Amino acid sequence: MSSFLVILVIVAYLATIFYVAYWAEKNSKSNWVNNPYVYTLSLAVYCTAWTYYGSVGLAATSGLKFLTIYLGPVIIIPAWIILMKKILRIAKGNKISSLADFISLRYGNDRFLGALVTVICVFAIVPYISLQLKAISETFNVITNHKLPGNTVFNDTTLYIAILLAIFAAFFGTQNTDATERHKGIITAVALESTIKLFFFLVIGVYVTFFLFNGPIDIYNQASILSNFEIQQKINGVEGGINWFLLSILSMIAIMLLPRQFQVTVVENEREKYLKKVIWLFPLYLMLFNVFVILIAWAGNIYFQNQHVNADHFTLLLPLFNNNHTLALLGFLGGFSAAMSMVVVSTLALSTMLSNNLIIPYGFLTRFSKGESHKNNESIKNIRRIAIFTLVIIAYFFYKSFTLDKSLVSIGLISFVIIAQLAPAFFGGLFWRRGSSKGAKYGIIVGFLVCIYTLVIPFTIESKIIASTFLNEGLFGIEVLKPYQLFGLQILDPVTHAFFWSLFFNIITYAIVSVNIIGNYRERNFAEMFVDSTKYAMLHEDAYVWKGEAYVRDIRKVLSRFLGERRTDRAMNLFFMKYNLDKNTQFADARLVNFSEKLLTGSIGSASARILISSVVKEEEISLTEVLNILDETQKAKESNKELKERDKQKDEFLDTVAHELKTPITSIRALSEILLDHDDVDNATKTKFLNSILKESERVSRLINNILDLEKLASGRQKLNLTKNSIKNTVQKSIDAVKQLAINNNIEITNEVIEDKIFLFDDDRIEQVIINLLSNAIKFSNDEKGQVSVHAKIYQNSIEVSVEDNGKGIGTDELVSIFNKFYQSKNQTLLKPVGSGLGLAISKQIIESHNGKIWADNINPQGARITFTLPLNINKYEEAADS
Amino acid sequence: MKKLLIVDDEPNIVMSLEYLFQKENFEVFIARDGAEAIEITEKVLPDIILLDIMMPKVDGYQVLNYLKSVEELSQIKVIILSAKTKISDVELGLQLGADKYVTKPFSTKKLVADVVELLNKNTKK
Repeated sequence: MSSFLVILVIVAYLATIFYVAYWAEKNSKSNWVNNPYVYTLSLAVYCTAWTYYGSVGLAATSGLKFLTIYLGPVIIIPAWIILMKKILRIAKGNKISSLADFISLRYGNDRFLGALVTVICVFAIVPYISLQLKAISETFNVITNHKLPGNTVFNDTTLYIAILLAIFAAFFGTQNTDATERHKGIITAVALESTIKLFFFLVIGVYVTFFLFNGPIDIYNQASILSNFEIQQKINGVEGGINWFLLSILSMIAIMLLPRQFQVTVVENEREKYLKKVIWLFPLYLMLFNVFVILIAWAGNIYFQNQHVNADHFTLLLPLFNNNHTLALLGFLGGFSAAMSMVVVSTLALSTMLSNNLIIPYGFLTRFSKGESHKNNESIKNIRRIAIFTLVIIAYFFYKSFTLDKSLVSIGLISFVIIAQLAPAFFGGLFWRRGSSKGAKYGIIVGFLVCIYTLVIPFTIESKIIASTFLNEGLFGIEVLKPYQLFGLQILDPVTHAFFWSLFFNIITYAIVSVNIIGNYRERNFAEMFVDSTKYAMLHEDAYVWKGEAYVRDIRKVLSRFLGERRTDRAMNLFFMKYNLDKNTQFADARLVNFSEKLLTGSIGSASARILISSVVKEEEISLTEVLNILDETQKAKESNKELKERDKQKDEFLDTVAHELKTPITSIRALSEILLDHDDVDNATKTKFLNSILKESERVSRLINNILDLEKLASGRQKLNLTKNSIKNTVQKSIDAVKQLAINNNIEITNEVIEDKIFLFDDDRIEQVIINLLSNAIKFSNDEKGQVSVHAKIYQNSIEVSVEDNGKGIGTDELVSIFNKFYQSKNQTLLKPVGSGLGLAISKQIIESHNGKIWADNINPQGARITFTLPLNINKYEEAADS
Repeated sequence: MKKLLIVDDEPNIVMSLEYLFQKENFEVFIARDGAEAIEITEKVLPDIILLDIMMPKVDGYQVLNYLKSVEELSQIKVIILSAKTKISDVELGLQLGADKYVTKPFSTKKLVADVVELLNKNTKK
């Protein structure tokens, strides 16, 4: 295939992607751009040219080991529903725009730590970018059948492609100074590329499996007769198992801490609920991608068994070998997409870190604090653009000098191990309050040094093909310092070996230093906020503990240097509204300080924001215990405030219902009275009827008012129970006598089935009130034909159970609990409205519960309802316990 | 004789309204809940309905909604008679198509006047 054609295709493809990104930026509110699928697909930036080509190569030479890079993510991602939610909340709450910001903020907004994390990331990711360029370059040559890459720099297409990618990243990535603003264009483009790369890979997979061979079984059969087959497919015993285990942990860390992953997962996240799709869709994507990796690898081994072919390129070579140029070109485009996404997102993430956490805090702050907002913002954007181009150029030269004869996978794994040095500080910071900034710094540095010694140096030496005694005999000839076998640990591959030792020393340093050197109060403030993020999430600016003197106008001046006058005004007005403060407040409090820091964080990073703000305010030292106390109090205040608001709302609702219930009888009274007054010619029978009704409704009003007052007094505990020794049998009989007339009127027979008596402490009048209420209800709802109501009692060792049964229709199962609510009127009542106020059962419940008893309803056989209540026989025991 | 339907589940209110409007020479019908209200409306086609809101099973809003959705019933005048007095309640009632919203407790004299006025408006058309 001619290079010219391929270049044309690349340019056309880039133009399409550019257009998609542009469209997404213009339509950033559209559902096509904001949805969980785009989000999930953007996470697939994890699969780079490494997956596309390198995995196949690894599978062809070392069997199933390639899976470990995806096993890690597949295992940890379901846990994201809790873990990532926490990270997202912290990030959103503090306007965090990068991994360096996150870590530096956790450890007290530490400028040096932010810079250190940035440097580590650059070290780790530049080689990773190189490997993408290497993949593009090599596969370009495979497709166009060149033997050597371009000789001079200017002949090398890869350089030009790299520059185009940098232009893409710079254009779409630096539209806003505030790095917490989403980059919808880039993310949509990345999501599209994730779809494309998966699709083309699957197409090639299907082609190889079903067109070149007769299905997976066929490939397996043909592959199994190859010489190396058996060895490759095994995990290789305990040694292999440990290597697998460590590699999986490594990839678990990578999927979270790789700067590009942090960027797409955390910084670019629009809604927390997208995580719900991610936890199954993303692992599915990963597994789908890998389904064909092993098959293509085997197929490649079969086809090219006696040739010296780079297994990394099987994906393209197989179609090419069979003269299917279109398919090969599609495959190339897929790999190109994979590489492109990685380069664009990584340079974006790294440039933000470089500007916000390294360059601005250490170089430009004084200049910015004096400049105008317009100029400042342009400068910040330019710093980031220059950073993007510089990174790409450095990656290019790194690729030219170092990576020519290394496999893609090995370079990638070194990146992973370097990034993993941030894991103790990151995860420790999320779960361990004692983790301190010094601990994090020393841990990272130590881990990084071990990493260099065990991995980077041997790697670079090897690639220079310098035979080295260093490798075989250790530093200065000391055996235990052999870089690939530190302290004699021989069972691990170079990568897992480096990973193990670097993290080992990293964690130990982190832990020991943190325990011995406690951080200052500022650190502890953030430590509490991060570790206990759920508790403090609601507090927002209140969680920031700060004492000192600050003037609003000084803070305003600083803010407008970056946000401009208008945005500063708007933001401040929002703040004053949120906390109900006067717009002309002179003195700034802790909340405003925190708010202002957060506003600047997106543009210049959290460390710089703090430095700038603290330059205009006077801060006082507070002790650590004071910080914790204040935090605790603030949080408790917020909680009790919520409770009070709830209770107020309930009271309002109750009053509304009461008013409504009172209006009804009063309406009748008024209407009937008016009629009697206005009409002289009302006949006597009607007159009597009306007057009787007026009387009844008046009684209803009185009863209602009394019941409500009763209920209130009982509920608030103001009415003390009159506890005397009484006979329960006696009380039951009195209640039955009280409703005797009502029962006769309704043709109901009441029977007292209480046989055994018990004398104990209870409020005689109140319990009689309860039983009368239960009996009235039973009479009301009993069977019309042969109504039967009965009262029973069961005596236990510590309590007595009294129940009232009727043989009516029973109570619906969905109403068994709600009938005890105030003003509850059953849905199944007869059309005639009951005389009661709807409060009887509520009052009964209140009375029983004041006795520390329980009351409930159920249905009996064959039909009918039963309401039961219990009373403790030794109520004083409860009273004593309650008072103490 | 004009036909008037009273929809309310409170027997004493019904009693007073029935007497009141029978005195004014209306043919009075009574419904005690929403379902019955719709049934009787469709059977009798009253000229005006006095509609309560808070009723068990089917409430006044649902009745009003239904009536306004049926072509031949939508022209029947409706006065809402309700103890719900919040502005949002009144707005909802009027939005759903009631011709007037009268809060309880009401004045009998004024209610009669309102009913007469609404029915006259009809004949004027």
